[in-house]
Amino acid sequence: MSTRTPRRTRAVPPRDDPEVGDPAEELEEHISHPDQDGQAPHGRRERVETNVIGQRLRKTDGLAKSTGRARYTDDISLPGMLHGKILRSPHPHARILSIDTSAAEQMAGVHAVVTGAEMPRSYGIIPWTPDEQALATDRVRYVGDAVAAVAADDEDTANRALEAIRVEYEELEPLLDPREAERRTDVQIHDPKKPGYNGNITKVVKLEFGEVDGEMDAADVVVEGDYFFEGSTHTPIEPHCAVGLWEEGGIAGTRLTVWSSTQVPHYLHRELARVLELEAARIRVIQPAVGGGFGGKSEPFDLEFCVAKLAMKSGRPVKILYTREEVFYAHRGRHPFLMKYRLGADREGRIRAVDNRALLDGGAYASFGLVTAYYSGQLLPAPYEIPAYRFHSTRVYTNKPACGPKRGHGSVQPRFAFEVQLDKLAERLDLDPIELRRRNFMGEDRRTINELRVTSNGFLQCLDAVERASGWKEKHRRLPFGRGVGVAGSCYISGTNYPIYPNEMPQSGIQIQVDRSGRVTVFSGASDIGQGSDSMVAYIAAEELGVPLESVRVLTSDTDLTPVDLGAYSSRVTFMLGNACIDACRKMKALVQQAVAEHWDAKPQRVLLAGGQAMDGLDTSRQMPIAGAFNLAEAKYGTLGATGSYNTPKDVHGEYRGGTIGASPAYSFTAHVAEVEVDPETGFVDVKTIWVAHDCGRALNPAIVEGQMEGSAYMGFGEALMEQQIFKDADHGRAGLHDAPSLLDYRIPTSLDTPELASLIIESIDPEGPYGAKEAGEGPLHPSIPAIANAIYDAVGVRMDSMPFSPPRVWKAIQAQKEMEGREGKAVAAD
Amino acid sequence: MKELLTLRINGQTHEAAVPSHFTLLETLRYVLQLTGSKQGCDKGDCGACTVWLDGRPTLSCITPVHEAVGAEVRTVEGLVGLRTGSGTPHPLQDAFDVCGAAQCGFCTPGILMSAAALLEENTSPSRDEIRDALSGNLCRCTGYTKIYDAVEMAAERLREQGERGVGR
Repeated sequence: MSTRTPRRTRAVPPRDDPEVGDPAEELEEHISHPDQDGQAPHGRRERVETNVIGQRLRKTDGLAKSTGRARYTDDISLPGMLHGKILRSPHPHARILSIDTSAAEQMAGVHAVVTGAEMPRSYGIIPWTPDEQALATDRVRYVGDAVAAVAADDEDTANRALEAIRVEYEELEPLLDPREAERRTDVQIHDPKKPGYNGNITKVVKLEFGEVDGEMDAADVVVEGDYFFEGSTHTPIEPHCAVGLWEEGGIAGTRLTVWSSTQVPHYLHRELARVLELEAARIRVIQPAVGGGFGGKSEPFDLEFCVAKLAMKSGRPVKILYTREEVFYAHRGRHPFLMKYRLGADREGRIRAVDNRALLDGGAYASFGLVTAYYSGQLLPAPYEIPAYRFHSTRVYTNKPACGPKRGHGSVQPRFAFEVQLDKLAERLDLDPIELRRRNFMGEDRRTINELRVTSNGFLQCLDAVERASGWKEKHRRLPFGRGVGVAGSCYISGTNYPIYPNEMPQSGIQIQVDRSGRVTVFSGASDIGQGSDSMVAYIAAEELGVPLESVRVLTSDTDLTPVDLGAYSSRVTFMLGNACIDACRKMKALVQQAVAEHWDAKPQRVLLAGGQAMDGLDTSRQMPIAGAFNLAEAKYGTLGATGSYNTPKDVHGEYRGGTIGASPAYSFTAHVAEVEVDPETGFVDVKTIWVAHDCGRALNPAIVEGQMEGSAYMGFGEALMEQQIFKDADHGRAGLHDAPSLLDYRIPTSLDTPELASLIIESIDPEGPYGAKEAGEGPLHPSIPAIANAIYDAVGVRMDSMPFSPPRVWKAIQAQKEMEGREGKAVAAD
Repeated sequence: MKELLTLRINGQTHEAAVPSHFTLLETLRYVLQLTGSKQGCDKGDCGACTVWLDGRPTLSCITPVHEAVGAEVRTVEGLVGLRTGSGTPHPLQDAFDVCGAAQCGFCTPGILMSAAALLEENTSPSRDEIRDALSGNLCRCTGYTKIYDAVEMAAERLREQGERGVGR
């Protein structure tokens, strides 16, 4: 489905047709050129005709993964490799008085022991908040905080060595409740930034746009609500793993190689250099196949520093593989949010003002929290027109594993609350909730109230698609008690406009090399964590250079070989890496076209590269195999290679402090309708189907886009109904202990739980995206949760403002409703 | 302490010195370098380690290696060639590739072994039967939809093969 009628490529006119002008000029229109600055052409919003892009193709690593050949970090085994293990704090909050590793060091089979004193430099993924250490030196802040590490001949010896390490702690009072952490100043989880500050508060953001109080006062209706979003964690099926190799001597001097299941090899590279106090030029980071990330592997972890340091100390390669329990401690998952929301609207349902307050439970460290605090408000003012907007978010530390970015970073929680608010508004005004959303649609090519530049916007088409596919009009408020449908919408970034550390260099780079055999090698620094970025660049190379897909090799994520890409986060890869790849390929294509044109004595734009051939677009009988074309180009220009880059436009946001956070070169839009059946006797919610319509700009491979949409909806569904990230309090065991650090107890949906998922791709053709593409990996998660909440209301008439919508909670809400109705009934009778 | 064990894996006989407390998964991955089977939880929760023991899908991470002695073990590496003839991926493996059923691919080996076992018994499974057969395998990427598509596509190919008498 496209929002615009696709422009059909006209047939190439025959040369002798007297009605046509200069055929070469006609043809030129159909051939893409790089702009003068080498960037992909911007400003168009037409569907470009393509041969490879847009097809349902296999992935470059598909068969490797389905035959067991794909190599993940734990599949690496090096000669003489040792096994590392990390000692973790049993206390949620304690001072470290002493660490005695002497007994462990003397054990047979133990080759190295390391403590935080040997790598004391603090680090943090956000350069302004470096509050972590590879291993804690003086304080531990959650159950599971890392204290020491060992490398031994095997895992069992390493575990025994951990038991031999003596750590003396002075226990401190833990703070587990974010409200308490915000209030209390007598217990400080981190040292205050300045005297007089509360060291439990990591970030406060207060921003206001427009006349919020005036608009709210003038509103015909004000909807208020308190919402609670319980945190959740990523649980990629692959536990984190890293291997370190230290090589000394020779002309290369000392060299450290770290293989890691990271989704940010470049940031890991930088942080390894900082913490280990090594030159970055001596460090090589390699990211093998990654078994899922979802944001949970997007910053450095203790294990990467430890394998490096242990390898340096022992002189042997060292591997650390987290246990599943450790994955839960590493966390960096979705922040729990306490939210107080107010929404003012006129009688027709048009939004006048939005006023939001949020308290974010950040856990023990800052992680990406500075960004999370901004995202909790910055990403809300689309796809709806909001004339006045205020948000006030506070992120606090608590003595629990650190929260961070999980798929839909920081904006899934406010989206849940806001889309339920809209449903309540529709109810109050007796409006259809889809119609209410249409009325508030912001349009295309607009700035939001907080000055974010929105270009392509297919949200209305998303609403139309889910309305039609779900049979909404026949179902909403029409299904029998116990069944219902709910709708929700959302918006998300296609990459964050600025890198994590300020610099003017490209966000994505690609290098391509063309071989005499006709093969194209693409060197990509991006992290394919299952979303298909390796395949994406292969499709682009095949499209642009006309080689068959099987002639494209993609080499990825090795800081010694591949150009910098900032990583798999913020849904940036398709947009940024895709544009960089187009840039590199078109430079190469221009060389090949020129060389072949000279050979044929024709204009270069007549030379088409497609289907493994170079051909004359005006005389298709004249053609040569692509390898021959490459050989002509190599003879003319020498060894063939090209680089491509992408950097973001810088005029897409406001100039106020924080205005850059939430800025993106493009935004994706999504709408969901969920249909549920609620058992009023048990409170069990059975989600039957989720219809997902997502404006991804253009689907470069629809099968992969659908996979992202379905996976997103699945993950949101799991958070809505099943997943509970709970920590014990002092009354229920050891305070701060994770209640269920296993895949049995932390319940993620199985095949039997997961609803039918129906994907509806909307293509708005973004003017700056590669072939019009935008993100699809995170946006489609957002509406799942509020759509289910709104469907529960349609089914049984109760509002679920707290997550998850587990049977006890839903049952209680239904009981409370019955009691209230009972009382009201009696009151009526008494009258 | 290590013991010399004889194991039958993917139709081949392996003699290996294995720490006697090792699980079958540890033996496959860390002794025999058959790293296709994955460890996701190490306690029987996720199913990524699923292999066949005498044709039955079995969680190799909670199976002591001793239980595999004398049995026929089949892993994801040994699905290649099964029902197709030597060297060619199993129709299920190919269908996973065609449908985009593997995203990160980490659960895939286990899911393939569960699904292939289903298809050994039933080449016309309903979607509910597929759901049932995969209920012990967690996938965190796909929402399972593309996996069902792939199993159905493979089932169809196996039915066609059966009609033609290929691979039997």
